[in-house]
Amino acid sequence: MKARRFLSGGWLSVYAFLYIVFLYLPVIFLPIFSVNVAPTPKFPLTGFTLQWYADLPHTPALLDAAWNSLKVGVCASILATVLGILAARSITRYRYPGRRTINGLIMAPLVLPEVIVAISMLLVMLQLGLSLSLFTVVLGHVLICIPYSMTVLTSGFEGFDRSLEEASADLGESAFGTFRRVTLPMVAPAIISSLLVCFTISLDEFIIAFFLTGTEATLPIYIWGQLRFASKLPGVLALGTLLLVASFLLMTVAEILRRRAARRTQNEGGLYA
Amino acid sequence: MPEQPQIERAQSDRAMIEIRNVTRSYGSFKALDDASLTIREGEFFSLLGPSGCGKTTLLRMIAGFDNPTSGSIAVGGQPMEGIPANRRPTNMVFQCYAIFPHLNVEQNVAYGLKRLKLQGGEEKRRVEEALAQVSLTGLGKRLATELSGGQRQRVALARALVMRPKVLLLDEPLSALDKKLREQMQVELRRLQQAVGITFVLVTHDQYEALAMSDRIAVMFGGKIAQVASPKEIYQRPVNRQVADFLGGMNFVKAEIVEENGTSLVVDTLGFGRVKTDKPKAFVRNGGAATLGIRPERLRVLWDNATAKFEVAGKVVERHYFGEITHLIVEIPGLEKPLSVTETNDFGADDIPVGTPIRLAYDPEALVAMGD
Repeated sequence: MKARRFLSGGWLSVYAFLYIVFLYLPVIFLPIFSVNVAPTPKFPLTGFTLQWYADLPHTPALLDAAWNSLKVGVCASILATVLGILAARSITRYRYPGRRTINGLIMAPLVLPEVIVAISMLLVMLQLGLSLSLFTVVLGHVLICIPYSMTVLTSGFEGFDRSLEEASADLGESAFGTFRRVTLPMVAPAIISSLLVCFTISLDEFIIAFFLTGTEATLPIYIWGQLRFASKLPGVLALGTLLLVASFLLMTVAEILRRRAARRTQNEGGLYA
Repeated sequence: MPEQPQIERAQSDRAMIEIRNVTRSYGSFKALDDASLTIREGEFFSLLGPSGCGKTTLLRMIAGFDNPTSGSIAVGGQPMEGIPANRRPTNMVFQCYAIFPHLNVEQNVAYGLKRLKLQGGEEKRRVEEALAQVSLTGLGKRLATELSGGQRQRVALARALVMRPKVLLLDEPLSALDKKLREQMQVELRRLQQAVGITFVLVTHDQYEALAMSDRIAVMFGGKIAQVASPKEIYQRPVNRQVADFLGGMNFVKAEIVEENGTSLVVDTLGFGRVKTDKPKAFVRNGGAATLGIRPERLRVLWDNATAKFEVAGKVVERHYFGEITHLIVEIPGLEKPLSVTETNDFGADDIPVGTPIRLAYDPEALVAMGD
């Protein structure tokens, strides 16, 4: 009996270990090869260098792409978050027929094939007579960011006690004053978290940007373009590593803030909290 | 129909809140149905009733969180129609306290004062004063999340009192506290109200809470006000069986009306014989039948050869021990339901064997006539 339990426990650990390796091994190769002296990503490693990182700031096309990504990311995250705030507020605060359906429809882009969404959006943009630019990329990114923004914001708004706003009004505060002094400070962490999540998604997004951008490349598009030249590969690896680290940090901060927001609103809900 | 208010211990005869024919409908459902009520200045007034009786709806309409479908509410002589909650001379203590979790105790209490832009340390002084009133001095820097239930309740109280409202509204403020703390807070709330002299309106479903704290009580059922009176009047002279039942145990006895005039009734009962009793103001005759009620503690066991001017004889059929008191269920020949009797245990009521013949003394004054 004991042996069997040990055995199954042992196998489970092995399975879990392999699982994690499968998930993260490819990702680990990126930073490893990005500091390798040889320009081709092959074992054995030939030596340590930061040369590829040092070269990055001297590539004008890369800087342009980074600047484009920043603009798109900031615009898309702000727009998606504003829309998300309105939707999440409505979903968590009011009860009306069709609430669940609407919620489902807003979350749907999460599971739609991205390439289909991209093609559909391209058709719509062309029908509307919009010329492809970073602006159209922003619109596309808003669409795919909203479900993420909604998830983060609903979890922050859920359990926000209505009586807090009533208490504020009762103490003489106007509707706007109540929003500024009670609602906003309570949900601020969730809002910031949503901004960070949306920015991260926009920063990494390739397919929609690829279809909807005109001549201006975002970072992922720039990276894709560079892959045709073997000699540029180490630079791409270095850039990829930086993006990876940035995404990881942003998501971590976002999650910490989301949890803080959820804790704040929820511990007021209970009577003995 | 609401009864005319009776003066028990007048604070002031000036009306603070006037509720005239207020109805609140949700579709075809009437949460409040043609309620009229006058609450006096400086009074501790309770709205008492089971959940869904409309008491909270009425409180929220006084606060301005809800509006009457028809009828009017005036506070301090000023009609409240069209005045939003933030401009009413009322403040509320919420059931779940609604303490702002991102602010500390001091900031919570000072929340409403900030807008008044008080000069020269006045704000700080008033916050300190309010914290002292609720015995929270020294806890000003604590976060709301670091407080116990009782402390949060005090913060909510201080936060409302610091605004010096004309009326303080309390929505089941003690329901989340454990029994011991609740009883302690009842005494404190009453003391506080006497000290500050502000009109308190309390919503509660706990009859003991209402009886212990109030100057007057309005008992509500199904959106209607059944009776408005002092705690003693409500307890001793309930207008109908529903009110009588809600306020505690009551023995009901069927009676036949023999004689009726403006102020009194003479009735025949099977167990208690012919009884002359005060006619309640709201008494509406329904054929020749009436109901009399007597509280279980108004029936006293007659020991040994003791006699009383008014007594009934019967037999103990059940005995329930409750520590300081014992409940006896006594069968009386002729009564369709046995009487419930509450007796203190000083003389051994807890030892009376089931089946013992027993005589009970009563005061005919304690037999009250009521509507069904």
